[in-house]
Amino acid sequence: MIAVIDYGVGNLFSLRCSLSAVGADSVVTGDPEIIRAADRIILPGVGAFGDAAEKLKGSGMAALVKEQAAAGKPILGICLGMQLLFEKSYEYGEHAGLGLLQGEILPMEGRLPAGLKIPHIGWNALKKTKDSALLRYVKEGEHVYFVHSFYAPEDAEGVVATAEYGVSVTAAVEKDNIAGCQFHPEKSGGAGLAILRAFCEGDRR
Amino acid sequence: MITKRIIPCLDVRDGKVVKGVNFGGLREVSDPVALASRYSECGADELVFYDITASSDGRKLFTDVLRRTAETVFIPLTVGGGINTTDDFGRVLACGADKVSVNTGAIKDPDLVRRAALKYGDQCVVLSVDIKRVDGVFRVFAKGGRENTGLEAIEWIRRGVESGAGEIVVNSIDTDGVKGGFDLEMLAAVCDAVDVPVIASGGAGKTEDFITLFQSVPGVDAGLAASVFHFGEIAIGDLKKELRRQNINVRL
Repeated sequence: MIAVIDYGVGNLFSLRCSLSAVGADSVVTGDPEIIRAADRIILPGVGAFGDAAEKLKGSGMAALVKEQAAAGKPILGICLGMQLLFEKSYEYGEHAGLGLLQGEILPMEGRLPAGLKIPHIGWNALKKTKDSALLRYVKEGEHVYFVHSFYAPEDAEGVVATAEYGVSVTAAVEKDNIAGCQFHPEKSGGAGLAILRAFCEGDRR
Repeated sequence: MITKRIIPCLDVRDGKVVKGVNFGGLREVSDPVALASRYSECGADELVFYDITASSDGRKLFTDVLRRTAETVFIPLTVGGGINTTDDFGRVLACGADKVSVNTGAIKDPDLVRRAALKYGDQCVVLSVDIKRVDGVFRVFAKGGRENTGLEAIEWIRRGVESGAGEIVVNSIDTDGVKGGFDLEMLAAVCDAVDVPVIASGGAGKTEDFITLFQSVPGVDAGLAASVFHFGEIAIGDLKKELRRQNINVRL
């Protein structure tokens, strides 16, 4: 069973559909007992970092996710959920994240060459930078769907894939039981489903 | 680098695809879910569903279609047609839409884009604009292209982006249905004015039209079409391979 953390952000309909498409049972929940009993946790997220971090903290989910991470449970952050795994973000101020990975989330504004649009929206190619269980079913150069205006730079902890958009944007991270993707696997066609399948199966290499 | 997108548009009325469709061996496809699934398999980068239903019963059928599509098709889905309030945004987003396209609704209520962007984020608000030249000026038309609003199109689009529209669909009434190619002049004018993604619509008749589009107006992010895809005049897979051969970056 996959617990998709419900802390009042975003629409999780597509994510749940894509999980069931890869044969995974999932439940969207904010119930600590269900989350503790789950095999794996997905931390979704859309919207602004500060608002999401507050909601995560206020609902008690931040402490719970940290507890579960420390206990070794596999956790996948998606989009803003991936950014929340890091220490800090500079999205409209300065906000603390979960600190499960070392690194900061920076605005694209002012850091991209002229002529590139913000948000970074659309299909971009994955450049695998490290061996990764999460990405074991996707090939180098496969395209996935991004929508975001803030990013983790390539020197962030746990980077296993980047995407080129004037700068190297962190596309996926993985360190022990903690994983994340900046893109939306639930909107990335076959490649996205392959990534979700890899997460749901766990590391069977 | 980000790829250029190819987007088929499905007009849906009372739960069925409106235009007669003869698509890749599937005869008379009227089920939008089946068609959406085929397009996704052929490499469509995104799908637009346009709800041309008038009745509320039909709207219910439409949300069923959307829901069933989102259950099986895992690429971005945009919904347009009859979007007049933020509640309309909420209704389709809850059924699996990722973006919502607003056209006449924004003309009737110019504050709608701002409220929707505030509530759901810029990335899901698409401003769709029907534009026609009147005495050499780009004018915004409403009600499916029947009514001249008098608004100057470039200024209207610029205001829309300032209010929070995250993407612009430019429908050229002048080239729509003619199949003589996209409206390059109009698209270049829009791309010069705003820095959000611009989607070209109206005029695609053959593969070369898409090549010309992306080569002549590099600021355009996506090409949208309906009948040329529905009638199999252009196969999306072949189109994208040809674009790649022409060094246009697409997802294969």
